[in-house]
Amino acid sequence: MSQNMHIDIHHVTRVEGHGNIVVNAKNGVLEECRLDIVETPRFFEALLRGRPYTEASHITSRICGICAVGHATASLRATENALGVAVSEQTRLLRDLIFFGEMLDSHVLHTYMLIAPDFFGVGSVIPLAQVAANAVLRALRVKKLAGDLCAVVGGRHTHPIAMTVGGFTHLPSVDEIKALRERLILARKDMDDTITLFKTLPWPRFKRETEYIALSKPNEYAFIDGAITSTDGGSWNISEYKTITNEHLVQHSSSKHTKHKRESYMVGALARFNVNYDLLHPKAKDAARELGMKPVCTNPYFNSAAQIVEMVHSVEGAITICDELIARGITPEKPYTFSGKGGAGVGACEVPRGTLYHNYEIGDNGRIINANCIIPTGQNLANIEADMRALVPQILDQGQEKVTLALEMLVRAYDPCISCSVHFLNVRFI
Amino acid sequence: MKPKVAFFDFTSCEGCQLTVVDSLQTHLDLLEMVEIVQFREAMSERGDDYAVAFIEGSITRESDEARLKEIRARAAVLVALGACAHIGGVNAIKNLAPLHDVRKYVYGERAEWFATYATRPISAVVKVDAFIPGCPIDREEFIRVVNALLRGIKPPIPDYPMCVECKLKENVCLFDKGGDCLGAITRAGCGAICPTYGDGCEGCRGLIPNPNRDSMQSVLAARGLTPQDVMARMTLFGSYEISKT
Repeated sequence: MSQNMHIDIHHVTRVEGHGNIVVNAKNGVLEECRLDIVETPRFFEALLRGRPYTEASHITSRICGICAVGHATASLRATENALGVAVSEQTRLLRDLIFFGEMLDSHVLHTYMLIAPDFFGVGSVIPLAQVAANAVLRALRVKKLAGDLCAVVGGRHTHPIAMTVGGFTHLPSVDEIKALRERLILARKDMDDTITLFKTLPWPRFKRETEYIALSKPNEYAFIDGAITSTDGGSWNISEYKTITNEHLVQHSSSKHTKHKRESYMVGALARFNVNYDLLHPKAKDAARELGMKPVCTNPYFNSAAQIVEMVHSVEGAITICDELIARGITPEKPYTFSGKGGAGVGACEVPRGTLYHNYEIGDNGRIINANCIIPTGQNLANIEADMRALVPQILDQGQEKVTLALEMLVRAYDPCISCSVHFLNVRFI
Repeated sequence: MKPKVAFFDFTSCEGCQLTVVDSLQTHLDLLEMVEIVQFREAMSERGDDYAVAFIEGSITRESDEARLKEIRARAAVLVALGACAHIGGVNAIKNLAPLHDVRKYVYGERAEWFATYATRPISAVVKVDAFIPGCPIDREEFIRVVNALLRGIKPPIPDYPMCVECKLKENVCLFDKGGDCLGAITRAGCGAICPTYGDGCEGCRGLIPNPNRDSMQSVLAARGLTPQDVMARMTLFGSYEISKT
């Protein structure tokens, strides 16, 4: 077997955005191993400057078509923290509910439509429908439920409408919540079948220790707000996010990289699983056991398995919130009106791909003076490259085709969102 | 033979392509009618023989122009998918400030590493045969357009204002509720979804033909909006369109 290898995957498929994988090995020695981010820069922070604060969540939801609710929520939390706006219990519940919807939507898209084709040896979900029709129909059914849930709360999933500073411009009816609840109960069967399917699939075996970072809260598996928490120990207020992320530029990526204490860290479903396992719903813990994972899990390919665990958690969490909303009823509430006093604030959420930070400074005229957004995929880029550097020497003797597939699957496992991070994926072996 | 269809993206969030995937949830039969040969976000297969190309995203750097022109040369029908491709979308907000300031604000002293120029819709670079407006596109409208293309007729995109649809929905006008809205000058077709959910139209579907912008602006001013606020409303999605009229 040749110990020379040149891989150059231009525009990696089945990921969001444009990235290239570049690998170059000579005489068995890895000389080059990069994930190039070639997405066009979009300059969102610059777009926000000078805009009314009320537009921020609508502009930044356009960072990402998949996690638009996550961006809107992080944006609203940053604005609310900047302006000192308190939100009601009803608003908190509805935001938690739409967040569960987005988590379910994004994870089912990733596990079934982007990841599963690799396990079945096909190129996409379309041929997958020939070999595993029931699985594809199940995925479409769950995805429709998740999208409909988001639509009931926010008007639509991709770029929610009704979410605004201090609350909502439109509230769902109790009848709509009841109808959702019935469908969520039926989705439990789909979750069981999902676990049955994925636990039999050939998950790649690879381990590498790294630092895992996620938001955490004392009494719930955190998605919105919380303290920044690391598996290496330590917990920080979200206002200190810059001491964790330490953004820096590298020339081969239009998305900035980050690092904390080590050369890289990981965020996302696997990081949340590792940091907050104890707070998962009991059924989600059962799912983890079935899938053969327990914290701390250091196989990055299992990020997709952690997403399945979170799908179970999200269905159960959404049912619990529906019960609470049905019991308390929906009360008309007025969202916030501007006080004439600006300020600065940070908002943080665990969006499907990891910790998302928005940080705004707002003037007394209600206009945004400065903005900063730190995106999960950007935080994972250095960790993906560290995984690639550890993985390639282990499998170099398997030949170019297998190495290429292993690397594509590795990058896909992180569920990168390159438009978010700028834009991303191609594997180039040069 | 089924028509071959391909999807491509430039500067965008890919939310319109995701909306295409979502529209299949209720229209699986559509997959029987066409053959998708390229859709990078969703599939690994890459065919370069296609009749219809759907393009998401705006054009923001020179190197993307050649790729777009190549797609144009291959495709018999080229369709702009969503606001970024159709009118530049939110990406065009950056055109309002000097480009070097925008680049420096995000990438600091390393700004020159990452190429960019003023945002343009794809029609500024190639001939566009049809467009599907919106941020994101409307699922049902996407299905209607594909249906029309399959039958070889002009896609039914409304050229009347969103207010018409809002009235048909029997919504109380947001101006009567103390709010504001661009529905009077914005192209219909979304089912007035934003006013229905309590938020004023943001103009993501672009201007109707012959919009009375002066009147719209004086109505907004009468509502109490400052000239800066009026400008913000008009430029959220309309930065490129406004610069051309």
